[in-house]
Amino acid sequence: MNADAMKEVELNEIIASKEDGKYIINIGPQHPSTHGVLRFVVSLKGETLEYLIPHCGYIHRGIEKMCENLTYPQIIHLTDRMDYLSAHMNNEAVSLCVENALGIEVPERVKVIRTILSELQRIASHQLWWAAFGMDIGGLTCFFYGLRDREKVLDIFEESFGSRLLHSFICPGGLMQDIHPSFQKRVKEFISYFRKKLPEYDQLLTGNVIFEQRTKGLGILTKAEAIDYGVTGPSGRASGFSCDIRKKHPYSAYDRVEFREILANEGDTYSRYKVRIEEMWESMNIIEQLIDQIPEGSFTAPMKAIIKLPEGEYTQRVETARGELAVYLVSTGDKNPYRMRFRTPNFSNLFVMNHLAAGAKIADLIAISGSLDLVIPDIDR
Amino acid sequence: MSFIYDFSSATQAIDQWLKANLSPTGAFVAELALVGLTILLAYAVIGLYLVYAERKVCAFMQNRVGPNRVGKWGLLQTMADLIKLLMKELIPIRKSDKLLFNVAPYLVIIASFLGIAAIPFAKGLHAIDFNIGVFYIMAVSSIGVIGILLAGWSSNSKYSLIGAMRSGAQVVSYELSVGLALLSVVIFSGSMQLSTIVESQANGWWILKGHLPAMISFVIFLIASTAEINRGPFDLAEAESELTAGFHTEYSGIRFAFFFLAEYMNMFIVAAMAATVFLGGWMPFHLGNLEAFNRVMDFIPPVVWFFGKTIFIIYLIMWFKWTFPRLRIDQLLTLEWKYLLPLNLLNTVVIAFLVLMGWYFK
Repeated sequence: MNADAMKEVELNEIIASKEDGKYIINIGPQHPSTHGVLRFVVSLKGETLEYLIPHCGYIHRGIEKMCENLTYPQIIHLTDRMDYLSAHMNNEAVSLCVENALGIEVPERVKVIRTILSELQRIASHQLWWAAFGMDIGGLTCFFYGLRDREKVLDIFEESFGSRLLHSFICPGGLMQDIHPSFQKRVKEFISYFRKKLPEYDQLLTGNVIFEQRTKGLGILTKAEAIDYGVTGPSGRASGFSCDIRKKHPYSAYDRVEFREILANEGDTYSRYKVRIEEMWESMNIIEQLIDQIPEGSFTAPMKAIIKLPEGEYTQRVETARGELAVYLVSTGDKNPYRMRFRTPNFSNLFVMNHLAAGAKIADLIAISGSLDLVIPDIDR
Repeated sequence: MSFIYDFSSATQAIDQWLKANLSPTGAFVAELALVGLTILLAYAVIGLYLVYAERKVCAFMQNRVGPNRVGKWGLLQTMADLIKLLMKELIPIRKSDKLLFNVAPYLVIIASFLGIAAIPFAKGLHAIDFNIGVFYIMAVSSIGVIGILLAGWSSNSKYSLIGAMRSGAQVVSYELSVGLALLSVVIFSGSMQLSTIVESQANGWWILKGHLPAMISFVIFLIASTAEINRGPFDLAEAESELTAGFHTEYSGIRFAFFFLAEYMNMFIVAAMAATVFLGGWMPFHLGNLEAFNRVMDFIPPVVWFFGKTIFIIYLIMWFKWTFPRLRIDQLLTLEWKYLLPLNLLNTVVIAFLVLMGWYFK
């Protein structure tokens, strides 16, 4: 009997005995603050949370299994649907993996554009996270401020790729097509616009007394625990766990740009918040360094019509907006992978919830799950 | 046009006309019906337009346009919403306590009804002028919480119950601060009658005459009453992101509309009380001996003064609803019991001392 099943038995006992005013509620699968079809079974005593069991799988589509019947360019389109807020990074992970397996060196132009796109995507993702997190703790205005600025990024995406959310733009060998001629101009406009607007986020939320009281010292995750649970991305870095793949194992053009890995030591909800805000500034720095340096050239390396990977096992890690995404690919030399596996950041991040939220209040549960920035389709795949 | 400045002549004329044409009992019943009807109408119109105002103010805060399709500037939007809610099905909840479930929304709305009856809108435009007006409004406004508790209890839903229990703890705590804040002006003016309190501010509003303590009282009143009506950063009872809709999760159709309307009317009552007690109600703003300035101020009708002040306070309440995040339940109670209440008690003592020594502008 695994730990979850044991908890389930315990829960049933509580329901049967009705002792001490304990009760169980289901937060989700349809709940405004789980941001998707995630379900927390929460044992409560009054308002205080005793423990919680996350139940995932409501949006399981079997992406890994489906990959086994698809060709590599087709797989790209599925990866969009995992972490739909980091679509570019997900595409990039599979593309890099396939390119490494084939031993292809993509043109410099592609590398730079991929990096810019990833950082734009990271900004857009963090904007939406900020919007939703503000709403989770009751500041409804945040939602519209965040979405207002995210719209500018999505407009840039729409112009170049024809889609706003699921781009499937980065593909094995390079890019689907060349970027729009006005891409550089639009991105520069956005950076100068967002440099003015990002301080508004701080004015609205960061210094607020209520906000600080709600988040400081709440849901503390130590560095050791972050490593144990495999919490990566901004949530892990807020605990002092230096885990930025962009720094540790640079890919695309990350080795030629100067940027800081944002780290905090407190590991509480507030530092997770601060890390993400700082990451938006840092992403803008990266884009500014690269936007004028896009080399001329082809937008794709010469590729065969049907990609067949040599026999073997391949992995690739990238840093998405939520943490480390690892792709594990087993090929038997066919045009389909024999086995495809994604190590998604949200799956690991989700399972610290019980550890962080036990003993807190219901309102804290919402704040903590908001600060972990969970994207449910990425958990279930 | 003089009745705009003093409604008592108009109301007396109606009274005399009724008495001349009907038997004494008939005139009495007719007057009751007339007053009731007027309040009912005012209630509906004010309630609906507060909802509209909230949506517009919120849109303004959030870089949006707000309702702008139904009628000019969307003015009929809330009417359309009300009609929609009236026509919706009242979904029965299995295993709910049917009687309490049905009674709860009426309790909530009746509480706000009773409250609005005692508010002086203008000189002479005042349905009931008790000698204990302040006390009366305090008393009837606390009936509402019973409705909320019943709604949460009878819905047979844990989310509703948590919301109701939060609301119970919150309203009962914050009532103390509201009461003490109002008491400060009662001490200043020496009366609980709302008309007397308004008259006592003819030469200056209490917030200005009462030095710092009155201002502290005003701020405490604003915070505590926002909490009492379950709004703004204190909307824990419905806490959308935590409890979906809190105590009224299971309500639908017009019953939900009752809760919704009552919330906005409570906001109006609170704002009207703040305006009446601290900002002089329908009294114009006068500055010492500046004769010309005072004349100009007098020219503005009392109704405009009253609604102007009330709308200003409503705007304040909406403003912090749309900019602040929500408090947690323990922080909410800490704020009341550890900060507001001791400060308020101290403030009341200081005010009593000020009044005893006569150290305020009379």
